[in-house]
Amino acid sequence: MSTILLIEQFLNGIQFGVMLFLMAAGLTLIFGVMGLINLAHGSLYMIGAFAAATVASLTGSFLLAIIASVVAAAVFGAIVEFSILRRLYDRDHLDQVLATFALILIFSEGTRWLFGSFPLYLDVPEALSGTVVLLGDIQYSRYRLAIIFIGLLVAVGLYLLISKTRVGMRIRAGENDREMIGALGIDISKLYTWVFALGAGLAGLAGALVGAIQSVQVGMGEPVLILAFVVIVIGGIGSIKGAFIGSLLVGLTDTLGRVLLPIAFSTFMESSAATSVASSLSSMLIYLLMAGVLLLKPSGLFGRAPS
Amino acid sequence: MINERVLNTLIALLLLVVPLFAWQLDEPFIITLATKAAILALAGVGLNLALGYGGLVSFGHATFFGLGGYTMGILASHAQSFTPIMESPFLIDGTKSMPIIWLVAIVISAFVAFIIGLLSLRTTGVYFIMVTLAFGQMLYYFSISWPAYGGEDGLSIYVRNEFPGLNTLDPIQFFGICYVLLMVVIFFMSKLNSSSFGLALNSARQNSERVQTVGISPFRLQLVAFTISGAVTGLAGALFADLNRFISPTMFSWHTSGEIMVFIILGGAARLYGPVAGAAIFILLEHVLGGLSEFWHIFLGAILLLVVLFAKGGLIGSVSKKAASHG
Repeated sequence: MSTILLIEQFLNGIQFGVMLFLMAAGLTLIFGVMGLINLAHGSLYMIGAFAAATVASLTGSFLLAIIASVVAAAVFGAIVEFSILRRLYDRDHLDQVLATFALILIFSEGTRWLFGSFPLYLDVPEALSGTVVLLGDIQYSRYRLAIIFIGLLVAVGLYLLISKTRVGMRIRAGENDREMIGALGIDISKLYTWVFALGAGLAGLAGALVGAIQSVQVGMGEPVLILAFVVIVIGGIGSIKGAFIGSLLVGLTDTLGRVLLPIAFSTFMESSAATSVASSLSSMLIYLLMAGVLLLKPSGLFGRAPS
Repeated sequence: MINERVLNTLIALLLLVVPLFAWQLDEPFIITLATKAAILALAGVGLNLALGYGGLVSFGHATFFGLGGYTMGILASHAQSFTPIMESPFLIDGTKSMPIIWLVAIVISAFVAFIIGLLSLRTTGVYFIMVTLAFGQMLYYFSISWPAYGGEDGLSIYVRNEFPGLNTLDPIQFFGICYVLLMVVIFFMSKLNSSSFGLALNSARQNSERVQTVGISPFRLQLVAFTISGAVTGLAGALFADLNRFISPTMFSWHTSGEIMVFIILGGAARLYGPVAGAAIFILLEHVLGGLSEFWHIFLGAILLLVVLFAKGGLIGSVSKKAASHG
């Protein structure tokens, strides 16, 4: 296999990982601060993608579409948090899982009702279409490179927000002791709504960015949601750093596994059998990675040990 | 407010009487609905041992449901095409016999539940939920990408499997098989819950340190509960595949895991007949709401949300006076 192809797949893995990070960051933040396990995070991803596709078809502007995706998902997130989810923070995980599962049913069927079952398409903008030439004659999609760039930008922004600003200080304090920061005169429920809207907005952004590569359809958020769960289990629930490392690990393992395993198996098997074994195995690879991490560290790579 | 024992008897009788009436009135569709309710109830009864009594929120029970289904599908498809499953190191043939299929489904699901339990019970709380979910997804994707048994399209079995002395293609006879199995398993569960194992499992849910201090390992209790729980849900999967004469990766999907959980919550967690009541309500809703609107999942979601927010304890918890034994 050529080095160029390998580097290209490596970049694809990074791009996939960075997308997962946008999802996983919100999930892990919401869990870390509010203690809520939110299955409906995938629905926010879907809402972002649908908002982007709608705005893009109305205005023709990709930038407006991206802004719409973030705003729509954040507003939806804030409404859901305010009306329903805040009743669940003190409940056990089972109630949270079921209530957010119920929200998925409502959101998915509601979207199907409004938009129908046919996928919508979101076009990559002209300025980002085509390929760029990287070091050593590697041709790579300009749009995917832009996604990597946006994802890294968001990661840096989140890091600065949480470790350097006053809001970030409150968020970290909320993770440690929510009664105490309430007693110090900080409106904790307002903080919760903002954190939820932030996580939702990131999910919406991810939905819109991926929507331009794949299609925009009902149920698109669910596979990503489950991968994001795998990411935060690997990284340690509540840790943004863990979510980042976990995202890249999962993105690279999945992408490179799909490319390298068939080649590895074809060295000692006949090719059709090798393809079928390798494709089955590569679809399971990230779950095996997760099982391996849990065997060594039951609370993830950067997770706090359960108290 | 009625006594839970009376309520349980009522539920059991209702599930029996409705299809018998339907049989008299020659309404095979209603019998099929009741059969589906009985099978899904069995899947729920399995999960209830882990989730309700053991406090182990497994979001991956579709794994066992699917394994049961694929056990049936693989054994029956080989019997249907007269090809052995494997020839070396020893010959294994397919079979159309229900009791053998059930046994294999139970053994395989129990084995996989044991392995998954061994890994995932190292974690607790939200990790456990996500890890069980992830293992479920692993098998889901495996079933999609493995082409030998239909892959994404699933696999049809043309004739329902055989049970000695009965005509399984007759809806009421097949219902009878499923109903009897459900009752046997519920009886077994009621004995298990009042045994020393069941009491210890309950205590481990409420306070695992205390159980540990009296010298019982919560891990082993939970592993046994998870294994039995998986085996029962696997049996239900085999029956479900036989009801539809069709298997597909959907049986492994996380929606299936979610739905099995929903049965328990609608009926009442850690209640012996909770999953039975819940599955019956689910089938009723699916039939009634599904007839009203093709988007009936919106209403299902709304009802589920209301039950979680305002009616903890589900149907049985709301109408029976005994305080919930859960939490």
